[in-house]
Amino acid sequence: MDLQILLLLGQDGITNGAIYALLALALVLVFTVTRVIFIPQGEFVAYGALTLASLQAGKVPGTVWLLLALGTTVAVLDGVRLVREGRFAKLTPLLILNIGLPLLAAAGLFAMPPTQLPLWAQVVVSMLLVVPLGPMIYRVAYQPLAGASVLVLLIVSVAIHVALIGLGLLFFGAEGSRTPSFTDLSFELAGAPLQGQTILVVVASASLIIGLYFFFERTIYGKALRATAMNRTGARLMGIPPTLAGKLCLTLAAAIGAFSGILIAPITTIYYDSGFLIGLKGFVGAIIGGLASYPVAALGAVLVGLLESYSSFYASAFKEVIVFTLIIPVLLWRSLTSTHIEEEEE
Amino acid sequence: MMRQLPLIIFVALLGVGPLVLPEFHVTLLNYIGLYAIVAVGLVLLTGVGGLTSFGQAAFVGLGAYTTAWLTTTYGVSPWLTLLIGLVLTGIVALFLGFITLRMGGHYLPLGTIAWGISLYFLFGNVEFLGGHTGITGIPTVSLFGWELKSGREFYYLIWLVVLLAIVSIRNLLDSREGRAIRALKGGAVMAEAMGVNTPRAKIVIFLIAALLASISGWLYAHLQRFVNPTPFSITQGIEYLFMAVVGGVGHVWGAVLGAGLITILKQWLQDWLPQILGQSGNFEIIVFGIAMVLVLQKARDGLWPVILRWLPERSLKRDVPAAEALPKRAPQPAGTVLLDASEVTKRFGGLVANNNMSLSVKAGEVMALIGPNGAGKSTMFNCISAVNPATEGKIAFLGESTAPLVARDIASRGMSRTFQHVRLLGQMSVLENVAIGAHLRGNKGVLAAALRFDRAEEARLLAEAARQIERVGLKDHMFDAAGSLALGQQRIVEIARALASDPCLLLLDEPAAGLRYREKQALADLLRRLRAEGMGILLVEHDMDFVMGLADRVVVMEFGEKIAEGEPEEVQRDPKVLEAYLGGVE
Repeated sequence: MDLQILLLLGQDGITNGAIYALLALALVLVFTVTRVIFIPQGEFVAYGALTLASLQAGKVPGTVWLLLALGTTVAVLDGVRLVREGRFAKLTPLLILNIGLPLLAAAGLFAMPPTQLPLWAQVVVSMLLVVPLGPMIYRVAYQPLAGASVLVLLIVSVAIHVALIGLGLLFFGAEGSRTPSFTDLSFELAGAPLQGQTILVVVASASLIIGLYFFFERTIYGKALRATAMNRTGARLMGIPPTLAGKLCLTLAAAIGAFSGILIAPITTIYYDSGFLIGLKGFVGAIIGGLASYPVAALGAVLVGLLESYSSFYASAFKEVIVFTLIIPVLLWRSLTSTHIEEEEE
Repeated sequence: MMRQLPLIIFVALLGVGPLVLPEFHVTLLNYIGLYAIVAVGLVLLTGVGGLTSFGQAAFVGLGAYTTAWLTTTYGVSPWLTLLIGLVLTGIVALFLGFITLRMGGHYLPLGTIAWGISLYFLFGNVEFLGGHTGITGIPTVSLFGWELKSGREFYYLIWLVVLLAIVSIRNLLDSREGRAIRALKGGAVMAEAMGVNTPRAKIVIFLIAALLASISGWLYAHLQRFVNPTPFSITQGIEYLFMAVVGGVGHVWGAVLGAGLITILKQWLQDWLPQILGQSGNFEIIVFGIAMVLVLQKARDGLWPVILRWLPERSLKRDVPAAEALPKRAPQPAGTVLLDASEVTKRFGGLVANNNMSLSVKAGEVMALIGPNGAGKSTMFNCISAVNPATEGKIAFLGESTAPLVARDIASRGMSRTFQHVRLLGQMSVLENVAIGAHLRGNKGVLAAALRFDRAEEARLLAEAARQIERVGLKDHMFDAAGSLALGQQRIVEIARALASDPCLLLLDEPAAGLRYREKQALADLLRRLRAEGMGILLVEHDMDFVMGLADRVVVMEFGEKIAEGEPEEVQRDPKVLEAYLGGVE
């Protein structure tokens, strides 16, 4: 292997690693705040990428139907409770938010062919279609089980993952999509070509990570989430509703997922089920960080990206085997160094 | 007989099945049986043990591929490959269990997802395993010269294994090891304090689940006589868990129900959904995913309890057969120092919960540890019993330092305890709860329990538990669910459980809280009798009449430190004690 290939593979690894790092951060965030191991994280990646691809192909993305269905479910669940409690004033915003806006989105998509929109607007529309799915899923699936054990929440996560995969196939079909590049710029680095898209991914991931850092350090909502992660009961007593924390978390996770998908869609062909493996690689990173440390998780994810990239060169058929076997020594190391005292859970 | 009737009818129907059913239904039943074997393992792992695995399909694959490769390439006998597959699966399961089970419960499922994916890609990419096309021409199996060529014949072997699996798992759960396994979910701290090796119990159930999956894989390979990677993917692994959860993860028969329901539903949905949706694809997973969330939200116990309502009520066992008493440890002569704790300090981060605490307990005395709420008494208890070991200081039990010991080692040396916040398994009977206390007085293992070779010892354990329940005066509640008792009575059950371990030192954390006057008197009498028998008792209690009437010596704690020690009368006059309790006397 010469230096050129080395650099090329490194570039590839860092690009993918940056995406895995974003996902790893989202997974750590969701787990620390809600105790949910968010397996469907990867599906948001696929949904984000494929929604954008549908828009660019001039199709109405199926995501909008899911948005409408979930929104209606949320409206019914919360509406019934509001009516029972006689809080009619809150009914209108609930209906507007969960049924009105999705309907508007659907109408807008049918009225105006999205192919005419500039690329940035297509990205925004895709995000608007996918991100609200996060908090809606929290409301419908996780919120009624918020007090359940990590195990039950994990099984729910897997069930949602499975359902979203099936829906993805229904919405986007079995063929993969690749969106056009955001930029055609290209540089040269030590004789190896450096794609503008690669730089974009790394820069965008890095800015997002910095943005998240400021969100958690400087804003009241960020601090509320950190407080909830540290002590759920304590945060609740301080007036931070666990439901809000949960929805906020899943909004962030969905946004990170969808955005990651949009970022890598021009680099890799994304299929309806590609998200699972991408998300799991984020998981391997997150586990390296013990599902608790953000910086270690991010570094771990970059390591996964690099390992994947170099193993695809040496043993491309065993790429996935190598990446997922990495988790074994990681777990072994964590297990031998952990001083975990098992919490009692009902 | 009435109790067994549904089972007899079920087995009879199973036996007649292949004689009357069309080919398609027999095939379906074969698959249901194969899936049920895996799901039974998941019931044990998830429903009973509170752990889970998404990688069971990979274990099935390991069993299937082992036999497929060895029988086709080397012509090894299928019966030998069954054994080799089991050994291989066992090694992998032990390794995975070892590296994940020491950590939080969610690392096992995550580890199994990763392992499931790895193995799936490995099957698909290794050349000698046929890559994605798989291995064909796997030989048939012969049973006592009877060659199981058709699905109809193979059916009997599959369902024999299903029934054997169910019976042995049920046997296991109704035994000493079974009680330890049932304590894993929600009672691990208590189980450890009663001498149960909980990490080992977790690995054991993971191992059993993996071995069952491997057997299912072996059967699958010789039924199909062809294997490829597809049925061993992570998706299938998830489906196995769905079967267990939908059927009823807390009941072994739920596994059969779940396997049946999911398999039939899948057939049906695979026919209909593509027609309705106008596309081809595995859309049944949408329905399964949503159904799964609903089951977990609305009926966490799955659908088996619904069926149970139609079956004749199972009468609980109402008698404990007499059995020879268990051997007791040699009593310590009165006055021997049992426990000697000196300068014990316990820190939680910056908070010092115990500071330089010293106390000792002798055989044949009641030592009371008192102090206002938050003084650090329960922390001291946890340090002594190594439930939450001390940061600094020396604790010696029977002259041996407890520093290198974990809670279960200390239990095995003759110290037993109760908990301030009652730790009973509410669904289990009082008798079974108390029998957990006697865990270390038996030694029959998992295999003996599954094969019912443990009955003599089991009878002695239960008889001992019954004796202790009688001793504490709860004979009438022996067969009630522990959770149904009043809180005060539950505390007494904890004492019976501690006594069942035949301790020489008993640690009681607020045993009289929630008791009525007469019950307190009865408890005091019991403790006096135990003292007279030479037992050392360390008592934390808030009821001063109770303490002062009973204790030989008293240690008073405040803010984590000892402020007084002596005989009850002395301590009661101590100005520092009066100040701690009454806020100062001017």
